[in-house]
Amino acid sequence: MYTQSFNVPDAPIAAAGPREIKPVLTPEQQQAMDRAQSQFDRVIDADGKIEPKDWMPEAYRKTLVRQISQHAHSEIVGMLPEGNWISRAPSLKRKAILIAKVQDEAGHGLYLYSAAETLGTSRDQMLDALHTGRAKYSSIFNYPTLTWADVGVIGWLVDGAAIMNQIPLCRCSYGPYARAMVRICKEESFHQRQGFESLMVMMQGNAEQQAMVQDAVNRWWWKCLAMFGPPDADSTNSTQGMRWGIKRISNDDLRQKFIDATVPQAKVLGVTLPDPDLKWNEARGHHDCGQIDWDEFWATVNGNGPCNKERLATRVKAHENGQWVRDAALAYARKQQQRLQQQQEAA
Amino acid sequence: MSQTDNVANEWPLWEVFVRSKQGIEHKHCGSLHAADAQQALHMARDVYTRRQEGVSIWVIPSAAITASDPGDKDTLFEPAKDKVYRHPTFFVIPDEVGHM
Repeated sequence: MYTQSFNVPDAPIAAAGPREIKPVLTPEQQQAMDRAQSQFDRVIDADGKIEPKDWMPEAYRKTLVRQISQHAHSEIVGMLPEGNWISRAPSLKRKAILIAKVQDEAGHGLYLYSAAETLGTSRDQMLDALHTGRAKYSSIFNYPTLTWADVGVIGWLVDGAAIMNQIPLCRCSYGPYARAMVRICKEESFHQRQGFESLMVMMQGNAEQQAMVQDAVNRWWWKCLAMFGPPDADSTNSTQGMRWGIKRISNDDLRQKFIDATVPQAKVLGVTLPDPDLKWNEARGHHDCGQIDWDEFWATVNGNGPCNKERLATRVKAHENGQWVRDAALAYARKQQQRLQQQQEAA
Repeated sequence: MSQTDNVANEWPLWEVFVRSKQGIEHKHCGSLHAADAQQALHMARDVYTRRQEGVSIWVIPSAAITASDPGDKDTLFEPAKDKVYRHPTFFVIPDEVGHM
């Protein structure tokens, strides 16, 4: 659901592993390598797809592992802010919808972990990177969900921003990632629509309910704009991502699309977007908007947002509490396997 | 826990194939980790058919799949390259014959 369309470097591994030593290649090996590289370039230039067993440059592989695993972590951590409201949902209907949505997020995480695993990283390695705080996830989840209106706003705006980000990823040059994104995008529309509809119901309620929606919009709007990542001028990774067909549309262009799409929706809902500089620019054919607070954004990315510690601690605790279940299931499967073998040998 | 212990205790990987409706073949739709085949089926149901996408599921241990090497693509598929006569359009048939 929620990619942040920039690729922040994960923290380095504390105890550095063996240093990467570049092997000395024989002229034949070098030639084979050059051939593989030019074959790869041809596929990329022709807008083709790279599949798991195809040769790919190490940097391409590394970038994808980082981006896909960050994306997967975001889906998994993204369950926490909304999960907080499952037991507090205002009706059985809203509760059932929210459970279904949170379950989708778990599914999205799984599709993405599977896609990353095709690149030769293990599930446990990725989870370890998340749990030790080495791997990043989308910063948007490091903010609290204070009221029920936050759940609606997350669906409408956060998922809405994610959809803008994710649709171009369906055309990503790496096959397994693109296929996972197609599946995810199909399910994402439900998330956005359920959020918007739940806000519409609240906006038809009393003044207090309407104020609750406006307050949630005020708190989430700027965070959602920041989800698209730093301005193009500051996005050094983007050029390479574009060259490789991993990134298709620039951060600023996606952000603009999101703003233009959201302004009329806010009007229908009857809320104000909290930006005095937000206005239609006839000459550009787009909305202009105010300045995003990037210092606040980077502080959150770097671990100092309001909920970073809580989110990670909850995630680690859930993983540790589930350890005996994973061990028991594996022990049971091995025992069954042994029994079957003994029976076959006896027969 | 060292990296190798970690991997040894990871649930095995399964490939999931779903038949979307009677009359259609099972199609590969993704993979997942599960302790055994039964659990893999249940998880596949939850992960890949939450919206009634299937009427039947196959799960196969990923390790049991033998795949061709993309590097051998050219030689492996070369024999079919010069046999265009296998396609019906290779043969020119007079118009008056009609549909054939």
